[in-house]
Amino acid sequence: MRRTLSLVLVALVAAACGSARTAGTQPVATGSFPVTIQASSGPVTLQAKPSRIVSLSPSSTEMLFAIGAGEQVVAVDDQSNFPVDAPKTSLSGFEPNIEAIASYRPDLVVFSNSAIAEKLEALKIPGLFHDAAAALDDTYRQITELGQATGHPGEASKLVADMRKKIGEIAAGLEKLEGEPTYYHELDSTYFSVTSKTFIGRVYTLLGLKNIADAADAENTGYPQLSAEYIIQANPDLIFLADTKCCGQSAETVAKRAGWSELDAVKGGHVIALDDDVASRWGPRIVEFLRTVAGALDALPAAA
Amino acid sequence: MAVASLRERLLGADRVRPARLRLGWVAGGAAVLLAAVALGVFIGPVGISPAQALRRLAGLLPFVDDTSTLSAQHEAILLQLRLPRVILAAMVGGTLAISGAAYQGAFRNPLADPYLLGAAAGAGLGATIVIAYTNAGFGSDLMPVAAFAGALAAVALAYAVGRAGGTGRTVTSLVLAGIAITSFLTAIQTYVQQRRSQTIREVYGWILGRLTTAGWDDVLLALPYMAVGIAVILMHRRLLDVLSVGDEEASSVGVPATRVRLIVVVAASLATAAAVAVSGLIGFVGLIVPHVVRLLAGSSYRVILPLSLAFGGTFLILCDLLGRTLISPAELPIGVVTAFFGAPFFALVLRTSRRTL
Repeated sequence: MRRTLSLVLVALVAAACGSARTAGTQPVATGSFPVTIQASSGPVTLQAKPSRIVSLSPSSTEMLFAIGAGEQVVAVDDQSNFPVDAPKTSLSGFEPNIEAIASYRPDLVVFSNSAIAEKLEALKIPGLFHDAAAALDDTYRQITELGQATGHPGEASKLVADMRKKIGEIAAGLEKLEGEPTYYHELDSTYFSVTSKTFIGRVYTLLGLKNIADAADAENTGYPQLSAEYIIQANPDLIFLADTKCCGQSAETVAKRAGWSELDAVKGGHVIALDDDVASRWGPRIVEFLRTVAGALDALPAAA
Repeated sequence: MAVASLRERLLGADRVRPARLRLGWVAGGAAVLLAAVALGVFIGPVGISPAQALRRLAGLLPFVDDTSTLSAQHEAILLQLRLPRVILAAMVGGTLAISGAAYQGAFRNPLADPYLLGAAAGAGLGATIVIAYTNAGFGSDLMPVAAFAGALAAVALAYAVGRAGGTGRTVTSLVLAGIAITSFLTAIQTYVQQRRSQTIREVYGWILGRLTTAGWDDVLLALPYMAVGIAVILMHRRLLDVLSVGDEEASSVGVPATRVRLIVVVAASLATAAAVAVSGLIGFVGLIVPHVVRLLAGSSYRVILPLSLAFGGTFLILCDLLGRTLISPAELPIGVVTAFFGAPFFALVLRTSRRTL
């Protein structure tokens, strides 16, 4: 009997969400349960506010803590190093072990590897699949979904609005910039890079930068490996190092590379050390990243 | 053609061909090496006119004015990227090939290569530990040192294990010890790599071999060890010929087989360790180049050793040229290129030797 009732409730809420969507607005932000989230991978229903959340991706962890759901999180994966008080465990997000996850008795699992979706279903554990974001809109959508799923819809929409505002301000502050400065974004010390089709590449595009790796991505992977000759020939205005933590790179090590001292970016001091983590995630800290890039753009000589 | 004639050349060459290195071969070896260097310097992902490049290179000579009009970027590409890279490729290729030939002679085993006693696994472990536990990237000074130390330690360990039974043991026990050490060190290396999976791409890139970041400091770092190793190997070319008849026969004419073997193996390992330290693990060069030389010019070590040096250098320059131009501006790992051409050849040699051995 109770089960029937809850099913009816679920149907009602789902219908409510559906009609809200057709009206062209965000799903109702009541923070009441049960709730059904229309995730991109399909609807996910939570009977009660989750209190034992497991997050298997660093970006999701950062989002959860940023919307005030941190106290409901019992375990995060081994790469989730921010914020520092997140309950880091040895769980792997890349090669998730379903038994190890289940041992935390989670009532919501946020994951980025679709391989465990079926297993979670078999164990009747609600799971929210959050794939790597392709653009900022995916970030906003994921934050919104997490807000609904954790009972913090208000904080989530506030965070999204706040991010939109700050990013808008940063982009607007740059409009006086003339021309299209070029950049090279370095992922590791063997010159793997990103193109404008990746999440981080789109963010650079948003700020009016031109990517030197776009022409080099014949296989369309988004992550081509460049040769030193190509980079030196391209002579980018800005060099961004997303391999400071992984590979110990810095403006000094770049200047010491054979032939690199001839680059305008090296001579002009436009080699910017990024935080590898901030530059590889699609969470709320992307605003910090935009601010860093904007600062580097401001430092370029006016003729750029 | 030619399975039969191939076999005949492989095995019977020393009986029908003179053991002395002919002047024609010396000139030929030097010519192809020079041609490869020129190709390597003139061709690359960035188009630099060969005429301009020649003028710039001529300008390096004393009393010659630099009349080139290259941009600063192109000059940097030519002098600080391509030239050291081509020279390093020649050094590494030559070293691996002559060391492979030396190993084949010392062990009287046509399938021996310079990694036989665990040099590759030891270097791999050293490099992996540096990549995984220090946050030093490819440009780090620590990497070649760790790879060098690992390679030498592995060979020393294999030698100690293989010789433990006393001098009466055959070379087979040494080869088996090398295989055991290789497996053991590879196991540790794989474990470290899995524990620190975020560094897996860098480790992988190193294992496939790389000349991507080659610069003049790599050339200078490797040169002394390679020079000493190669000189010692070349000095023993006659003794290797004697050794090829058999240990007892060698002893009967007054050649201390065990000592010659030890010296040659140490010299080849030293040179190999230096090559591995600056270029990662480049396979097959040490195996196929000496066999090509055997097929073409005879099986005396007085011929094989110097020609392996020249053809090994040539082969690696050309493989590197393919590696950096085929999918330009991206690069193929050089280990992929050498193995792609090396593996079919290896299979051919394997087939022909199985019929006759």
